[in-house]
Amino acid sequence: MNEPLEAKSAEEHDELREGQTARPVGAPGTPGHELFTATPVERWKQVAENIARFVCLLATLALIVPMAAILTYLLVQAWPALSFSFLVENPHDYMTTGGIWAPLVGTFWLVWISLLIAAPVGVLAGVYLNEYARDNWFTRIINLAVVNLAGVPSIIHALFGVGAFVMFAGMGRSLLAASCTLAVMTLPVIITSTREALAAVPIAFREACWNLGASRWQTIRTIVLPNSISGILTGVILQVSRAAGETAPILFTGAVFFSTLPEHGAGAFFPYGLGDRCMALSMHLFTLSTQVRGVTPALQYGTAVVLIGLVLAVNSLSIGLRIYLRSRKKW
Amino acid sequence: MLQVVLDRTEPAVEWLIRLCGWSAILLVFGIFFFVFREALPMLGGKLNLTEFFTSAEWRPTAEPEPHYGILALLLGSLSVTALAMLLAVPLGLGAAVFISEFSSGRVRETLKVLIEFLAAIPSVVWGFVGYMMLGPIIIRLTGAPVGVCLLNGGIILALMSVPIIVSVGEDALRAVPDSYREAALSMGAGRWEIVYRVLFPAAKNGLLAAVLLGVGRAIGETMAVLMATGHAVQIPHSLLDPIRTLTATIAAELGEAVQGEPHYRVLFVIGLVVFVLTFIVNLTADLVVKGIRNERAA
Repeated sequence: MNEPLEAKSAEEHDELREGQTARPVGAPGTPGHELFTATPVERWKQVAENIARFVCLLATLALIVPMAAILTYLLVQAWPALSFSFLVENPHDYMTTGGIWAPLVGTFWLVWISLLIAAPVGVLAGVYLNEYARDNWFTRIINLAVVNLAGVPSIIHALFGVGAFVMFAGMGRSLLAASCTLAVMTLPVIITSTREALAAVPIAFREACWNLGASRWQTIRTIVLPNSISGILTGVILQVSRAAGETAPILFTGAVFFSTLPEHGAGAFFPYGLGDRCMALSMHLFTLSTQVRGVTPALQYGTAVVLIGLVLAVNSLSIGLRIYLRSRKKW
Repeated sequence: MLQVVLDRTEPAVEWLIRLCGWSAILLVFGIFFFVFREALPMLGGKLNLTEFFTSAEWRPTAEPEPHYGILALLLGSLSVTALAMLLAVPLGLGAAVFISEFSSGRVRETLKVLIEFLAAIPSVVWGFVGYMMLGPIIIRLTGAPVGVCLLNGGIILALMSVPIIVSVGEDALRAVPDSYREAALSMGAGRWEIVYRVLFPAAKNGLLAAVLLGVGRAIGETMAVLMATGHAVQIPHSLLDPIRTLTATIAAELGEAVQGEPHYRVLFVIGLVVFVLTFIVNLTADLVVKGIRNERAA
């Protein structure tokens, strides 16, 4: 009973639609069609836009593709060398065989000690700039100093490290002097990201806390810092990635060409005092590729891949944390 | 208990915070002071400054008369930076425009992350890439006797300084209010016309700052140019000439120079030159950015 009725109505509906699509508003022959067809100027505009988009896309690809190619090539070349024993063995035979244990441990401690120095100072400096500093000429100078400190070339940091820590402070060429130099170099990263994280906490949170009679420092401790701690962390992680990759600042302040470490036992993990010199992964790559003869390429590429892997892994952690934070922001 | 202690120590803590806040100023002055202190004994007349800046002869260990002329090194630094900018500025601004105006959502976020990765690659790895990978490619393509040269260093430096151009340039383009784009659209402008006629003029200071920061990064770069440019003291005449830069000279020779000797101190003088160069470039970039901010506020 119902079937024909339904069929008919569907047919009618189709007819209706066909009627509409056959003569859309603005189609040739209907009034006002000039409005909807592209004039030569508009067509040219479309072409120009497409060309511009294509050229910009090419420029972007010209950055991404070489990076991908380089990373792939490095990985392929390094493949024969990469193994667990490559990581936990010392370099042997004038560094022409063996692994990268000693440089790896050296980089680890350089990064940690520089982090222990830079993180408290940087975070407190960020707190000062966002919570205490008034908007006056002095604050502007501090901001200018932070920007310029970030722009100081790494080799100048190396000279500063030699002049200030190695010579003036009497640390000599040591793990401590190198870590201090790295800390100074990476300080602006932490200051800037801390300030941004603090600035993202709404002012209303602070006002509510002040209204309860809390002092400035109590407010910062109990409200501002807990609400921005993850943002601060992303900056701290970025510091780690920068410190791990730098070579020039540690070249003359504490990194050593070659040293062996015990491969087993507690001595393998903290084998030196703060006054000793140590190997570092970044400097090891430089030494292997330019200073030592007869190194198998796989060893060089392997070192490069471990260094890049370390830095990119730490960076991904920071980026991941940032994306996660943005997704669950409450205010 | 802990609360009480934390609250009691508030004045002390506030002073500590203030002190840390001032650390940036102290450090910038400290860097200048300590580099200057090591360079000072040479500056008091012992170093012939005319020869220093105009002679291309860099023979710091020659006997009996060492020559300290940095002209070749200075030209090396400037030429490799110029070449890098020639490559990096169009690519960087193109990529900034693509990310900011021609892409959206997932694509934009992915591209930004990739650019961040590009920025994260350590300079010694870039040097390694130039030395081990790009060098042989240049030899094969051009038939040059050595692959580590001005061209090699320029390409590597371009890839290294492009991320900062992209990210600062993109920020500058995003900072242009959407009402500008809407106004242009309503007058019938296409996307490209908006970029070219509206965004570029409106964001020109930010884009200029992006380029300047790229220059600052390129001039100061050390490890990559040390490994990729061939390290030969000469005034470059072609793209395939090996060159040497100011920064690479410091990195290569500071380890051998005897502490306190003229050679050692001259390296610190070169450090001062590099420091002042980058300081001027970065300061200009900062003032250019401040310029827009004040204009906006007014």
